[in-house]
Amino acid sequence: MKGSPMRALSRALVRGSTLTPSASAAFLVSSRQPYSTHPPNAKLNLPTDYSTTPLLFQTSQSALANPELSPEVRNGTTKRMNLFQAVNDALSIALAEDESVLIFGEDVAFGGVFRCTGKLAETYGGDRVFNTPLTEQGIMGFAIGAAAEGMRPVAEIQFADYVYPAFDQLVNEAAKFRYRDGACKRNAGGLTVRMPCGGVGHGALYHSQSPESLFTHIPGLRVIMPRSPLQAKGLLLSAIRSNDPCVFMEPKILYRAAVEQVPTAAYALPLSKAEVLKEGSDVTIVSYGQPLYKCEAALRQAEKDMGVSVELIDLRTVYPWDKEAVFKSVRKTGRCLVVHEAMINAGIGAEVAAAIQGDPQTFVRLEAPVARVAGFSIHTPLLYEALNAPDIARIYDNIRKVLEY
Amino acid sequence: MFSRAVRISRAAPIRAAAQRVHAASIVSRRTVTTNAASAQVDKSSIPQSDEEPFSVRLSDESFETYELDPPPYTLEVTKKQLKQMYYDMVVVRQMEMAADRLYKEKKIRGFCHLSTGQEAVAVGIEHAIQKTDDVITSYRCHGFAYMRGGTVRSIIGELLGRREGIAYGKGGSMHMFTKGFYGGNGIVGAQVPVGAGLAFAQKYTGGKKATVILYGDGASNQGQVFEAFNMAKLWNLPALFGCENNKYGMGTSAARSSALTDYYKRGQYIPGLKVNGMDVLAVKAAVQYGKRWTEEDNGPLVLEYVTYRYGGHSMSDPGTTYRTREEIQRMRSTNDPIAGLKQHILDWGVASEDELKGLDKQARNHVNEEVAAAEAMPHPEPTPKILFEDIYVRGSEPQFIRGRTPDENFYFSN
Ligand SMILES: Cc1ncc(C[n+]2csc(CCOP(=O)(O)OP(=O)(O)O)c2C)c(N)n1
Ligand SMILES: [Mg+2]
Repeated sequence: MKGSPMRALSRALVRGSTLTPSASAAFLVSSRQPYSTHPPNAKLNLPTDYSTTPLLFQTSQSALANPELSPEVRNGTTKRMNLFQAVNDALSIALAEDESVLIFGEDVAFGGVFRCTGKLAETYGGDRVFNTPLTEQGIMGFAIGAAAEGMRPVAEIQFADYVYPAFDQLVNEAAKFRYRDGACKRNAGGLTVRMPCGGVGHGALYHSQSPESLFTHIPGLRVIMPRSPLQAKGLLLSAIRSNDPCVFMEPKILYRAAVEQVPTAAYALPLSKAEVLKEGSDVTIVSYGQPLYKCEAALRQAEKDMGVSVELIDLRTVYPWDKEAVFKSVRKTGRCLVVHEAMINAGIGAEVAAAIQGDPQTFVRLEAPVARVAGFSIHTPLLYEALNAPDIARIYDNIRKVLEY
Repeated sequence: MFSRAVRISRAAPIRAAAQRVHAASIVSRRTVTTNAASAQVDKSSIPQSDEEPFSVRLSDESFETYELDPPPYTLEVTKKQLKQMYYDMVVVRQMEMAADRLYKEKKIRGFCHLSTGQEAVAVGIEHAIQKTDDVITSYRCHGFAYMRGGTVRSIIGELLGRREGIAYGKGGSMHMFTKGFYGGNGIVGAQVPVGAGLAFAQKYTGGKKATVILYGDGASNQGQVFEAFNMAKLWNLPALFGCENNKYGMGTSAARSSALTDYYKRGQYIPGLKVNGMDVLAVKAAVQYGKRWTEEDNGPLVLEYVTYRYGGHSMSDPGTTYRTREEIQRMRSTNDPIAGLKQHILDWGVASEDELKGLDKQARNHVNEEVAAAEAMPHPEPTPKILFEDIYVRGSEPQFIRGRTPDENFYFSN
């Protein structure tokens, strides 16, 4: 019972992903080529080359240079991992270091659809890593109850698209637990919910959504999305150890595509703290998750073509998010675009833009309206999925727009 | 945090319970027969004419009931109906095989769930209800879409993402809708309360209509299924809930997911009927009976169609890691719904071997032609109208569509 239907599914899902840069050209140029591949003469929208992007650490030395790591971790070793392996590593460490950590969800004992929980049931036992029936609302409520008793459940929702039946439990139970329990001081802070999110090229209506902004409306939850294996491991360990309920969203397109050197030791990366990935002086790009790779490609080209210098910030935690880091950057550059894959309406970009204009010292430094580059407000169609997500050309175009304003 | 020792002692009963579940899985009960050729007929009673009805006696093991008198074990059919049921099942299977091929040729992308092996359910149901009745099901929906009146070309066109697909090519495999058919639902269990709403509207508007609501053995554990049961019973709705028990939800066997695998008893206060879902005649008899039950204002029923999917859960699952090849082989070779009906047709002299071969050929040709037509269908036009239709009020759409480069961006004013 190795559960390889899931392995096969994961492979099939993610196989598309490495081949799916942007469909925009196909969309406009040739209606005979409907799926998400780039045309041979594409200039900007080339597929992300994860083996050369500066956002992933190809050497042990560069990975360990991260100042957020403790000296002991920096003196340790690294291992090449993709994102699902990094998640698996974090889960394994959490199970080993804390007996109150539990992992459950649909087919997780078999490794899960994306292999994130592979071998954990064998190693840590079926009473700590177990399958649930198909019952999202039940999974979430059950996890909250266990957390309220002091356990540290890590519940998996197989795809973020399936979380909605569990939404009530997250909003009305998990988020409000501490507040309403008052003097008893119990809470559901031990809870972490993991879910794969985002597009892979052909997920259509129910396998491509990025519902993070729905959770950011709810005080009491922390909402996190890592961009890379190294980040995923450290942020997930922080989420599991954190005493707040955490929604941990994993961009599924990166599970296999993003590979880098990851410290082998246990380490935590700070929650609700953004990271400046590249410093710059003329424009700030705020993003998180997979679109960061597209932002990086777009800004590289823009710097070359327009002779400007662009700052790139990864929010990492999208709620509560690191306002100070963003304000500081925008006060310096005066121009900002926010990029995300989720729909534009009432998205993270709306919140970031509103916060920027609401901060007096930042507002007066603005040279252009804050731009948002995000998914259109549409349901994800089977075809042209990549048209919907922001691509390099659209980000590039918006860099120009905020500069030329 | 517990000490290790404490944890183990606490966990022990859990583990013991898990072992009991495992033991139960081995003897997982599916007591109705899955023999697809278990009916009998008095051959002397078979008329010459294609249209004249005669009686078929179903096997005693066709049904199991819960708080319900079993349906009659005799079923009136005509030769014409038997041949039509045979033809329908062959078309559905050929269509699924075509989808399988197109998927492997990478012409169909995304998720694709086939119903090969389960044809008797979709076909038997349609032969028991009227066009004014409603059907709603999960993502394993191609056969139902066809039986409800969708053409093969529109179904394959949808899988290929073509504009003339049954849902404009926007959803693909899991999203098919046609008159009297409400999908095609990608979220496991979501269709069940929606089905209760359909049934309510049918009762409200009158006219002896019912809704057939299908879901899987895995889906039956979703809370909303039970919520729907309660509403349907409370308001006495003409709802024929039906669990297509194909033994697995993805890679998880029924006994590993369900505390009670007698899905027909899961309605508790709703009578239940378990049916041999490999026998199209038993399905027809059961659903006909259910339809009458609702017509007599008895409220809902919970059916369980005992069936089997030959292939994997979806195209990316080989379907052989969580069950034995022998199990699949046994179901295919001894319980196949098409082979079962074929045997009856031949044994009873309803049609000759040659006539059946003719039907096979007709079905194959039909599917081939329809698939060719679907492949020739144009892709959706790359226009804002199509991208934004059914989402934005005209005039409120986004202002531009990007190109590969900023110079190719297309701005439009409405
Ligand atoms: C709410 C929700 N959770 C999980 C899934 C993923 N999923 C799709 S099908 C499936 C198994 C369903 O099994 P069953 O109900 O027995 O139907 P079958 O596939 O056997 O027809 C799962 C877990 C989903 N689509 N929706
Ligand atoms: Mg099933």
